[in-house]
Amino acid sequence: MSLVGTLLAHADDNMVLAQRLGEWISKAPELEIDIALANIGLDHLGVARALYTRAAELEGAGRTEDDFAMLRDEREFTNLLLVEQPNGDFAHTIVRQFLFDAYQLLLWEDLAANAEDETLKGVAAKAIKEARYHHRFSSGWMIRLGDGTEESHRRVQAALDQLWRFTDEMFEDGSTAGYRAEWERGVIEVVAEASLEMPTDPYQRTGGRKGLHTEHLGRLLAEMQWLARSHPGATW
Amino acid sequence: MTPEERFQALIDAEEKIEPTDWMPEGYRSTLIRQIAQHAHSEVIGMQPEGNWITRAPSLHRKAILMAKVQDEAGHGLYLYSAAETLGVRRDELQELLHQGKHKYSSIFNYPTLSWADIGTIGWLVDGAAITNQVMLTRCSYGPYARAMVRICKEESFHQRQGYEIMMRLCEGTPEQKAMAQDALNRWWWPSLMMFGPHDTDSTHTEQSMEWKIKRVSNDELRQQFVDMTVPQAEYLGLTIPDPELRWNPERGHYDFGEIDWDEFWRVVKGFGPMNRDRLAHKVNAWEEGAWVREAAAAHAAKKAARAA
Ligand SMILES: [Fe+2]
Ligand SMILES: [Fe+2]
Repeated sequence: MSLVGTLLAHADDNMVLAQRLGEWISKAPELEIDIALANIGLDHLGVARALYTRAAELEGAGRTEDDFAMLRDEREFTNLLLVEQPNGDFAHTIVRQFLFDAYQLLLWEDLAANAEDETLKGVAAKAIKEARYHHRFSSGWMIRLGDGTEESHRRVQAALDQLWRFTDEMFEDGSTAGYRAEWERGVIEVVAEASLEMPTDPYQRTGGRKGLHTEHLGRLLAEMQWLARSHPGATW
Repeated sequence: MTPEERFQALIDAEEKIEPTDWMPEGYRSTLIRQIAQHAHSEVIGMQPEGNWITRAPSLHRKAILMAKVQDEAGHGLYLYSAAETLGVRRDELQELLHQGKHKYSSIFNYPTLSWADIGTIGWLVDGAAITNQVMLTRCSYGPYARAMVRICKEESFHQRQGYEIMMRLCEGTPEQKAMAQDALNRWWWPSLMMFGPHDTDSTHTEQSMEWKIKRVSNDELRQQFVDMTVPQAEYLGLTIPDPELRWNPERGHYDFGEIDWDEFWRVVKGFGPMNRDRLAHKVNAWEEGAWVREAAAAHAAKKAARAA
């Protein structure tokens, strides 16, 4: 993948997840959780903006962060399928976040040390700190829900089983394949502490990096892009 | 001196009342009611603005709006904590809200129908809130006054970002400008209603003034707000929907028309456009989240038992 392509893929991951987290606002189980989800969403949005802006600079075609976010179609988005999955119940949101946080921790550590592009390196260095906090939040809730009540245990196990099919995709790219073993070790550890079972279903679905999405992304983008697109050329 | 006299002497000397100080029951219950109502307003206020987070027209606007709504949740938290210093629990207060026994600001019972409503809420609603709240930073009850200092700083940022949205719309396309005017038309009167009934009809004002919970009357605050806002609307090139609005050089203030008090009381009594929706949304989120809170409590209990 070209550098611009890589930047856009990571930007799209963060953009789409931020959009999903934004849907939670005013609906969380308690105020503190509402604030935390907004916080995490804002961090992802910040990363997306920095990466879109860098991609625009490198591309040199005069596009802006908003052109990337608001004016591209579904097939041009290359985010992971995992992040576009609907919020579902709180357990789904937590499992989605946890699986992705564990991946982003490794990604940002790698890029902060090894990225050739200085801007990307800088974004990664800042994002590591945020990802650590996100991971503490999501793994904390994995454990609370897994260990909590029969109902919470059942819900979080169901979410883990359902979302597992989107995990291979994080590592199918040559540049991220190397994270797999460590990612799995970390996930197994938290799943065990939460007294949950690792999913056994071998079925996996991929395609996001090629712009082949689940049906959820189109609707997410319709909502996100509608206003910007209905006033072509307007500034806000 | 009786405890009452000592208490009033402290207030008259501009000393702060702290949670462990003796206070009359009426002072305590007035504050609980007022702080809780304020906290509920912050939390219910997340809904009309949250309504536009997923549709914000640019990433910059989306980030600012998310941060703003998150601030409002934080204001709710500080205020519930301030109320808790008076011997009530947050969940009790929330329960009263859910049962419809506690009120929140009526302004949030109007719907946000366009992006310009987000600008208008920041500009007018946060603006009116600041006008009200600056006075509360000098409130006689210490924890409330201190919470308000922190909140006011953030509210003035909210007001600025709202006005900035309006500026962009008003210097934008004709459609954007029309959107801004339409939003002002819908939010102007409800914003003036935020200051409450006329002083002559306000039941709590006199005692609250004496206790220095309130320091400026509803009508004076409303006048301050109008005087501050009219030039801002002029700068935007927007028309305030009040044919009676004009500068009165003798008073040195703007004269303005009469609020539709029937509408005011209708919304207060629960029959505004969004009362049912706001409360249902809140109760629903709370009930849907019950299993999560139960799980957290069960986990904490198990963990404590394992550690023992
Ligand atoms: Fe607020
Ligand atoms: Fe505010």
